[in-house]
Amino acid sequence: MSEQSGTESGPPHKTLEIGMALLIGAFGLVVIFGSLKAGINWGAEGPRAGFFPFYVGAAIVGASAINLWHAQRDDDGRLFAEWGQLRQVMSVVVPTAIYVGTMPFIGLYVASMVFIAWFMRWLGGYRWLTVAAIAIGMPVVTYLVFERWFLVPLPKGPLEEWLGL
Amino acid sequence: MEELANLFHGFAVALQPYNIMLMIIGITLGVIIGVLPGLGGANGVAILLPLTFSMPPTSAIIMLSCIYWGALFGGAITSILFNIPGEPWSVATTFDGYPMAQQGKPGEALTAAFTSSFVGALFAVIMITLVAPLVAGFALRFGPAEKFAVYFLAFCSFVGLSKEPPFKTIAAMMMGFALAAVGLDSITGQLRLTFGVTELLNGFDFLIAVIGLFGIGEILLTMEEGLAFRGGNATINLRVVLQTWRELPAYWMTSLRSCLIGCWMGVTPAGATPASFMSYGIAKRLSRRGNNFGKGEIEGVIAPETAAHAAGTSALLPMLSLGVPGSPTAAVLLGGLLIWGLQPGPMLFVEQKEFVWGLIASMYLGNLAGLIVVLTCVPIFAAILRVPFGIIAPLILVLCAIGAYSVHNSTFDVMLMLVFGVLGYLLKKCNYPLAPLVLAIVLGDKAEEAFRQSLLGSQGSLNVFFSNGLVSTIMVLGLIALFWSAIQEGYSRLRTSMA
Repeated sequence: MSEQSGTESGPPHKTLEIGMALLIGAFGLVVIFGSLKAGINWGAEGPRAGFFPFYVGAAIVGASAINLWHAQRDDDGRLFAEWGQLRQVMSVVVPTAIYVGTMPFIGLYVASMVFIAWFMRWLGGYRWLTVAAIAIGMPVVTYLVFERWFLVPLPKGPLEEWLGL
Repeated sequence: MEELANLFHGFAVALQPYNIMLMIIGITLGVIIGVLPGLGGANGVAILLPLTFSMPPTSAIIMLSCIYWGALFGGAITSILFNIPGEPWSVATTFDGYPMAQQGKPGEALTAAFTSSFVGALFAVIMITLVAPLVAGFALRFGPAEKFAVYFLAFCSFVGLSKEPPFKTIAAMMMGFALAAVGLDSITGQLRLTFGVTELLNGFDFLIAVIGLFGIGEILLTMEEGLAFRGGNATINLRVVLQTWRELPAYWMTSLRSCLIGCWMGVTPAGATPASFMSYGIAKRLSRRGNNFGKGEIEGVIAPETAAHAAGTSALLPMLSLGVPGSPTAAVLLGGLLIWGLQPGPMLFVEQKEFVWGLIASMYLGNLAGLIVVLTCVPIFAAILRVPFGIIAPLILVLCAIGAYSVHNSTFDVMLMLVFGVLGYLLKKCNYPLAPLVLAIVLGDKAEEAFRQSLLGSQGSLNVFFSNGLVSTIMVLGLIALFWSAIQEGYSRLRTSMA
């Protein structure tokens, strides 16, 4: 299931490191902004809601600035990952995103069946019989364990409604 | 001797048939979780937590803590047989465990690993039994300032003790605090940091974060490696077990040292992973056969396994007695307590005697059951590992989605889980530690509450944190932990300049 790209190229680690520091720093700014909106000074009942998060946000920005400084200073020429490896990662992230995104509309069971089948067939290259057995078997077992045994309801879609489950 | 009576009462609770059944189920599930890549202790417990909402809390914690013990045992199986650490804390076990298996001694390596795990856990449980009630009794007198000081010490130890760069630890930890702050402010009842998004009214649930960061993130990391399993067969028979057991007492010094390292690292929230590495490193330096480490030395299996299990177990000591978990999995268990309606912390020992002592008794029994289960069922668990990743991965992803959904019956949480998953992958790749992030999400509200209440009492003066001997001692310890790496660096510089 692994396809090696052969050439060892990919995004440099340094870029990702800098990007991460900037992203976390930006998150810190959002926290500071939100805290200012909630009020960071003392009110009638003591420190107001934004008091604590404000300093947390400031610490995030401060730590990120130092991380950023470290990141742009050290460059060991390492790769973050090879493009082939990143493609592997994306081949999981994208279908999972679709799986998660469609869940509210078609329910967990149907989405899981399609997702497992897709994963096994395209990434694993299994025979259709194996794929069908697991893709259908897993949701059925899940239904029995969660909904029947432990009485935990899971999201359902039109198919389950039609089946009257 | 009141503790002894309580402990016996705890055994009576833990030995009820229903609880014994849950114990065995928990251990088995835990070993499977520990064996599979992408399903770790913290994440596995988080996924299964919603299943326990309808159980009595004592039974629920017995099952969940047994999953944790099982995961600790399970990590060793994959390390030794396949050179793939199922859990981060079993990385050090691969150094000598895998060479031993290669040399045709997998049975010896596994027996040594399991037995050492058991010894480490037993040592830690005995320590918990003796120390936890004392700590809890002491902590009953804590006011808000002391409570905050304890949180401060816990989080500062992360910065000082973790092997990641200190400012990355701080950044990750503060992100956790910020995420914990989102939603309704518990003191003023005001909304904050929601930016008008209704889904954020209740804030971020740490369970979603745990499932995403540890579960999805781990799967993505594994995908990058393109896992292919190659490994030998495992057979353990009674003869090998008994023979190895005869050898083990010779290494009592290594065991004892590893137990102490493990307990220390577990109580301070450094956790099982650094404990196992540290114990391995020290054993290598002190052992007469240190040069053979890495080539299949049984002592190199004993040291990390004992320490990892001792650390993993003793992480429950601060969780039970102070309400400060020592590891991500302990943090998830603490979250469970809150969901079952129990208030973690010293009051547990007063108000929920049956719960606390049932749990402690179940630690003795659970680890014994775990030892028996893993010794007898290794071939079965090794067979699970041969199921290809192409089948396991989608099933784990679906399980993570189910776990994330069932926390609040919300599909928004499932999407959030994926976001946390990608974030976890990136953070891990950039060497940001995840444990302080999770712990900060769990404890954020409580730490903030303690901080604000102390300031309220002192009219905003920070002097309240140095107002008496107790609180100043804890705060100073925290500050030392915070600047530990800087102190060490300064000290070594001083020595070189003197020389």
